[in-house]
Amino acid sequence: MNLLDPIIQGILLGGLYALFAAGLSLMFGVMRIVNLAYGDFAVLASYASLVVVNAALVNPLVALVFIAPAMALIGYVLQRTILQRTLGLSPLPSLLVTFGLSIIVQNLLLMFGSADQQRLTLGDIDTASIILPLDIHIGVFPLAVFVLAIVILSALSWFMASTQYGRLVRAVSDDPATVELQGVNPKQIFALATAIAFGLVAVAGVAAGIQTSFNPSSGSMLLIFAFEAVIIGGLGSLWGTLGGAMILGVAQTVGAAFAPAQQILAGHLVFLIFLAFLPNGISRRKVRA
Amino acid sequence: MLQVKKLSAAYGQVTAIREIDLSIDEGGILAVIGANGAGKSTLLKTIAGQLPLKTGSIHFEGQDISALPAFERARRGVVMVPEGRRLFASLTVHENLQTALSSKRKGFWNLETVYDLFPLVAERKDRRAGNLSGGEQQATAIARALVANPRLLLLDEVSLGLAPAIISELYAILPKILAQGTSILLVEQDVSQALKVSDEVHCLLQGSTSLAGKNFDMAAISAAYFGTEVKS
Repeated sequence: MNLLDPIIQGILLGGLYALFAAGLSLMFGVMRIVNLAYGDFAVLASYASLVVVNAALVNPLVALVFIAPAMALIGYVLQRTILQRTLGLSPLPSLLVTFGLSIIVQNLLLMFGSADQQRLTLGDIDTASIILPLDIHIGVFPLAVFVLAIVILSALSWFMASTQYGRLVRAVSDDPATVELQGVNPKQIFALATAIAFGLVAVAGVAAGIQTSFNPSSGSMLLIFAFEAVIIGGLGSLWGTLGGAMILGVAQTVGAAFAPAQQILAGHLVFLIFLAFLPNGISRRKVRA
Repeated sequence: MLQVKKLSAAYGQVTAIREIDLSIDEGGILAVIGANGAGKSTLLKTIAGQLPLKTGSIHFEGQDISALPAFERARRGVVMVPEGRRLFASLTVHENLQTALSSKRKGFWNLETVYDLFPLVAERKDRRAGNLSGGEQQATAIARALVANPRLLLLDEVSLGLAPAIISELYAILPKILAQGTSILLVEQDVSQALKVSDEVHCLLQGSTSLAGKNFDMAAISAAYFGTEVKS
């Protein structure tokens, strides 16, 4: 069996998962908020894009120009008004609150949309592909998503490493009370990081809406993939997240090459193997309690 | 510049400091002394805004700052070097100092002048703050606070866990900070160390003031410190 094709497709699929996981990596790795509604907000962005596309007759990428900032704003407000109150020694309040948010978003989507599968389209680009030697077909759109994921992760790493806000975000994850002594409102920094994560989830939601399809309840599966990518990659490491996403993507496509019905199961099994033998992830950063 | 009146603060139901009055003049220094658990750190945290006050008031440069959050007080120039240094362990020394630039306070102190004052910190600037010795950490913590150009610097237990030689090195720096017009309120367990830099002392005993003023003899101070009667 030729495994080269599924490996290449898996790496490209990893680009989409990395796009999802980047924002989650920021919220989970930096703020220790386990946002169970993360996937649902991605689907919300997909639907919002669909509404804009249908109303204004523009393509989904143009819609994204409006939706990403709108989602970022939602993230900012959500953090300042609700999520901030759940931060504390115990992770339980944030789990419960984001679980509740997840149910609310799913049901709102069911009320205003329908339970049908939907998709976004870019026309011919959806199915266009490049043919490489050895009869390997690479989809233009998955390739573009992969490149976009690398661009976004590079930009995010640069932001975290080299800007004052990035430093403050890292400092807040070390010690919020002491950040306040430097004349910085830590709540503002948390809200900014959430806004970035939500802007990213909008990009990921629209990309997934073009590459695959979505319905009001598809958010939970996206959430699991994103979590698996973050954990395989190692908490708090953005490049680790990209590696984790590619490992997950390859596990799924190679698994599918052997047993087409068990694609998702293969991904979960590889994730479990990492959890058992390399719980700190491939970046091996120690996780503080 | 700092007037603290009838200040009380508590951890939950447990009152930690009771009706403390103290004041510091422009460019002045005051040492708060007392045994373990006397409430010294609590007093400092309350002035910095990390702990809400229960009664009383804190005025800084004529304004009531009692209700302001800690970050607002830091922006006005009340900057604390917390107990245990509390550096950002995953950031480098340089990045730790840079975080204080967010106070947006201009003045004599900036990254360059602070590195001049602490050559040892400058040498370690690319190290992770988590990998420093105790003395290096304390120097970095003071350097970080200075980058914010404090009007009032709150120093909590500078000497804690450090070798005597390093303690004197750090204390030797305080006059240079005072020379730039910054006032200092420092908390110290070691009375003789405190008396070397500050004429005026404020002694706490179980959360209350037991002695405050200048030119006390050692017997009076130790009575106030330990809560024993002065034998005459």
